[in-house]
Amino acid sequence: MKAFRIFGKNISESFKGVFRNFSLSLASISCITITLVLVGFSIILSYNVNNFTTEIEKDLTIVVFLDRKIETEEINVLQTRIKTMDNVSNVIYNSKEEVKKEMQKESEVFDSIMSQYTEETNPLQDSFLVKVDDINGIGDVADEIKKLDKVDLVKYGEGSVEELVKIFDIVKKITYIAVAALVLVTVFLVSNTIKITIQSRRREIEIRRLVGASNSFIRRPFFFEGIILGFLGALIPVAACWYGYVYIFNRLHGQLFTAIIPLVKPSNIMHIVVISLLGIGIVVGAFGSYRAVRKYLKI
Amino acid sequence: MQLIELRNVNKRYPNGVTALADIDLEISKGEFVFIIGASGSGKSTLIKLLYRQEKPTYGEVFVGGINVAKLRNGKVYKLRRKLGIVFQDYKLLPKLTVYENVAFALEMYGLKGDEIRKRTIRALEQVGLKDKLRSFPDELAGGEQQRVSIARAIVNNPKVLICDEPTGNLDPDTSMEVMKVIEDINKNLGTTIIMATHDKDIVNRMKKRVIVIDKGLVKKDIQKGRYRNESV
Ligand SMILES: Nc1ncnc2c1ncn2[C@@H]1O[C@H](COP(=O)(O)OP(=O)(O)OP(=O)(O)O)[C@@H](O)[C@H]1O
Ligand SMILES: [Mg+2]
Repeated sequence: MKAFRIFGKNISESFKGVFRNFSLSLASISCITITLVLVGFSIILSYNVNNFTTEIEKDLTIVVFLDRKIETEEINVLQTRIKTMDNVSNVIYNSKEEVKKEMQKESEVFDSIMSQYTEETNPLQDSFLVKVDDINGIGDVADEIKKLDKVDLVKYGEGSVEELVKIFDIVKKITYIAVAALVLVTVFLVSNTIKITIQSRRREIEIRRLVGASNSFIRRPFFFEGIILGFLGALIPVAACWYGYVYIFNRLHGQLFTAIIPLVKPSNIMHIVVISLLGIGIVVGAFGSYRAVRKYLKI
Repeated sequence: MQLIELRNVNKRYPNGVTALADIDLEISKGEFVFIIGASGSGKSTLIKLLYRQEKPTYGEVFVGGINVAKLRNGKVYKLRRKLGIVFQDYKLLPKLTVYENVAFALEMYGLKGDEIRKRTIRALEQVGLKDKLRSFPDELAGGEQQRVSIARAIVNNPKVLICDEPTGNLDPDTSMEVMKVIEDINKNLGTTIIMATHDKDIVNRMKKRVIVIDKGLVKKDIQKGRYRNESV
């Protein structure tokens, strides 16, 4: 009970600190807000990018057409060769007969056309379907396969999708850097705000020490003040991300441009966004004030 | 062991000034002690050693059983809770009322609201300021402000009240008023009083123990002493 009352006293001091230098507090809060809006944006973006790259990864395969004159042993050698390449997860062989049968099964038109060909005259080619682990390296794998003997033609995905993945990747990296820089600025600003509070309370601190307040009792309010700044700074970003994303999601009917790029359902990521933003805000605030207390409130 | 003991205490400041040399002192519970001496003789330094504002260069300081010289920074508050300290410049917070200034010294104990109220009012009663609860420091006369700071110093029932020139800014009549308050605290509450002062009149009228400091040494230690010509 006693500890609870002491804690209450500390917290009320912290709030007084926030409002005493309100313009400074506001600067810190705004900086945290801007940072966290970006953080929220990058979290949502990376979830979406990750989501649709895995979607694409599932489908995106390299199709390797083989020379018509290839022998069966050569096919086996080639298959193992490709299988042992870096970044290759799986190689499936499709003989031209199988492909022909598949096509015939698909529609009657195909069926009638394809049935005119015998095993000898089959215009189709034997092929491999190659899957990769990392979609970003799919081009390299394709290039390498192209260089192999008895390989006629190598095709993969739609170039535009690959480009898109790359662009998102760059956007992601830029936001990470921006967020890191902003976090640093924010820590500095919070730390500066707390420093000013400490300085404007020199006399109180001095008297507190004289009348027997412990170090932690003196320090705690300043520490909490940073946490309060971080928390307040997280509120707008949380609301902005939540309502903003739900709005965009509904507006775009859950997909970006085409059905190839589905958006992640808001209900699947909003709890993560909210917890991350509040968490980062509080940690940044706590760290900033910790720094100031260490530096400017020497015992 | 006495309430306060100094053994072979020396204090040399980083700038090379030796403020105290070889001080041996004992003060028992309930005593009223004046510390007098010329300006720069080391009175304030001696007092600062008692509440651990300064550490002795060597020697031992005991206050209420605490080895003050060895006390770690993080534990200084334990010593301060046994002391009340009064300064020449009062050190009141201008934005707080009289009541709040006194209650300020109870904040860190986590007491219940009515307990804080009871103790604060009692301390203000003791210094005769019960009717000024809601005034701000700048609305009070100097003597009243000093009484507020005394109330703040005693609100936690300290064993020792340490005063460094508490009447330094006050005229003779007001000084005597404040001295009356301090004497009452000594008599009624049994609080030990240690007071550094320049004021001859006060020392002569009170007839208490007088310790004369001269150039960092205890020159005289007189029971029921008078402030003669030895210093100042
Ligand atoms: N923080 C300090 N750093 C360096 N020297 C100091 C410090 N405090 C005091 N001194 C020196 O120590 C000596 C004793 O000072 P002290 O303040 O104890 O004297 P005092 O008796 O209280 O004087 P006064 O009557 O003027 O208050 C003086 O020479 C002073 O200059
Ligand atoms: Mg002095």
